[in-house]
Amino acid sequence: MAQSTNDHPLAEIRNYTMNFGPQHPSAHGVLRLVLEMDGEVIQKADPHIGLLHRATEKLAESKPFNQSIGYMDRLDYVSMMCNEHAYVLAIEKLLGITPPERAQYIRVLFDEITRVLNHLMWLGAHALDIGAMTVFLLCFKEREELMDVYEAVSGTRMHATYYRPGGVYRDLPQSMPKYQPSKWRSRKEVERLNETRAGSMLDFIDAFAARFPASIADYETLLTDNRIWKQRTVNIGVVPPERALQLGFSGPMLRGSGVVWDLRKKQPYEVYERMDFDIPVGTNGDCYDRYLVRIEELRQSTRIIRQCVEWLRHNPGPVMIDDRKVRPPSREHMKGDMESLIHHFKFFTEGYEVPAGETYAAVEAPKGEFGIYLVSDGANKPYRLKCRAPGFAHLAALEEMVRGHMLADVVAVIGTQDIVFGEVDR
Amino acid sequence: MEQSTEQAAAGSAIEALARTIEARVSGVRRLPSLAQDLAFEAEADRLLEVCRALRDTPELRFEALMDVAGVDYLHHGREEWLTSGATRTGFSRGRELNAPPDPDMPGRFAVIYQLLSITHNARLRLRVICPETREPMVDSLVDVWSSANWFEREAFDLFGIVFRGHPDLRRLLTDYGFIGHPFRKDFPLIGNVETRYDPEKKRVVYEPVSIVPRVLAPKVIRHDNRYEPALKAPELPR
Repeated sequence: MAQSTNDHPLAEIRNYTMNFGPQHPSAHGVLRLVLEMDGEVIQKADPHIGLLHRATEKLAESKPFNQSIGYMDRLDYVSMMCNEHAYVLAIEKLLGITPPERAQYIRVLFDEITRVLNHLMWLGAHALDIGAMTVFLLCFKEREELMDVYEAVSGTRMHATYYRPGGVYRDLPQSMPKYQPSKWRSRKEVERLNETRAGSMLDFIDAFAARFPASIADYETLLTDNRIWKQRTVNIGVVPPERALQLGFSGPMLRGSGVVWDLRKKQPYEVYERMDFDIPVGTNGDCYDRYLVRIEELRQSTRIIRQCVEWLRHNPGPVMIDDRKVRPPSREHMKGDMESLIHHFKFFTEGYEVPAGETYAAVEAPKGEFGIYLVSDGANKPYRLKCRAPGFAHLAALEEMVRGHMLADVVAVIGTQDIVFGEVDR
Repeated sequence: MEQSTEQAAAGSAIEALARTIEARVSGVRRLPSLAQDLAFEAEADRLLEVCRALRDTPELRFEALMDVAGVDYLHHGREEWLTSGATRTGFSRGRELNAPPDPDMPGRFAVIYQLLSITHNARLRLRVICPETREPMVDSLVDVWSSANWFEREAFDLFGIVFRGHPDLRRLLTDYGFIGHPFRKDFPLIGNVETRYDPEKKRVVYEPVSIVPRVLAPKVIRHDNRYEPALKAPELPR
């Protein structure tokens, strides 16, 4: 044995291949990575995706336009309404309609609530992946409140199907659901929980937005100057700005590299040009900068939420365009007269025809540019729908970002990319 | 009022960009599009040259490729169900579908690129039609924009469009050992095979699907005058 070791010196030990996922808790769902390693150092990383492929785009081709809104929620299932937003924007562009002002404000409000939801999920999961347990629990505590807002407005906690071409499904409710005392919750505790739920939904959101900056400060106390956090993120997965553009990055991944680019500012949709907020950018393009960018985005989103709440309080009005082609008749009319009943039936079975043409509509989703390329041939179903998912381009760059790093850094890089497989695999 | 002047300003910016492209890039022609969009078509054999020009010309600087989408135009503009005679005869039950079109029709496959210029804050949609339908093939853009890598693998996987010069053209989204290109219009929505666990063979087996394909909501194109102006404005891509 000793003889053979001398014959084969260490230099001849070959790289070995390691399989990471798809059942690994840090793989954020169903990522399978085939890693070629030299000791602890990554030489090559080959992500295998598609384990969550549901052919959403093909399914959408077989259904009238409105029936696919719910599928959009299931793409990036932690930023649901932003996906819907891109889809209804594309349809609206082809139809040539604009939703009423109040609906636009509601959309901006919920886009930002969604951004906070997404970033809280990301922060909790990312911190958990690289060794901080507490942050996860703190983030989920706040996330729960916003989930309640989703539920109050749409009836579901996640898959809202709230945006519709021409507006939103309904106006904001005048009350919030309240906790009830039970075997597990005393009357006193319930009173404390219900404190902010006495008024309307806008009061509840406002109270949240007033309280939330203090929570962000808490997360920062735990992480920003934390030595372990810095050791795990500073100079990990560095992407220079020109490479970030080449790789099709968008959102915080692009801004972390120092490129000032935010669709909400540069190509504003809805009422974003009336909002007062800043775009944070990083300098080094490493995981730590992207963390700082996202933390600052939480603060900026809170600012936008407060501006929307303020406007919505004082400006009642319709939330759906008054165009009978894209809007179903009200329940009362439907029950009352025959024409409305027929209209209702045709609207929900055949749907509406969208003029022939093609377009691309993009929104600044929490993860980056979420775009919908929509081709219509004049029928009641999309001819072709292509979802441009930000995570797809980011994951494609994983190999470049992890090459030369240690195995443990792969987890940090997957975390910083904010990967969600619902949108990558579609 | 304010919004309409803004729209006019945006419209003139798009027209100016279109003129620049027509002047500086050869091998492209403008496609009809919505007023807010800008679309061009590149000749397939000059695609690489066109894309390099779009990226490197200082007045254009499309430095990011945001998306690549394959499109199969096989059923474009064809309804599943005829509605014109329906007032006299009534609708069928949706079982008698129109005859399938010729799968070898020329210009069936196209690739659509969404380009973004950060410098000039502009977007451009570039289309290239695959010259061959039986073996659709276009040049790979990986050398121009690195992000093309996975996008092209996806289009290859789902549509069977081959990208000449791609460094690693493997399937991306479908299962290991998958047969066919599922997003082609002649690929059935429910697929061709189903799987189950076979207790005798003690493994998962593939079998032909047992579900009968059916159309739940037929594709309908209404030719009423309501849609006339809309149908006239953007000329159908086909």
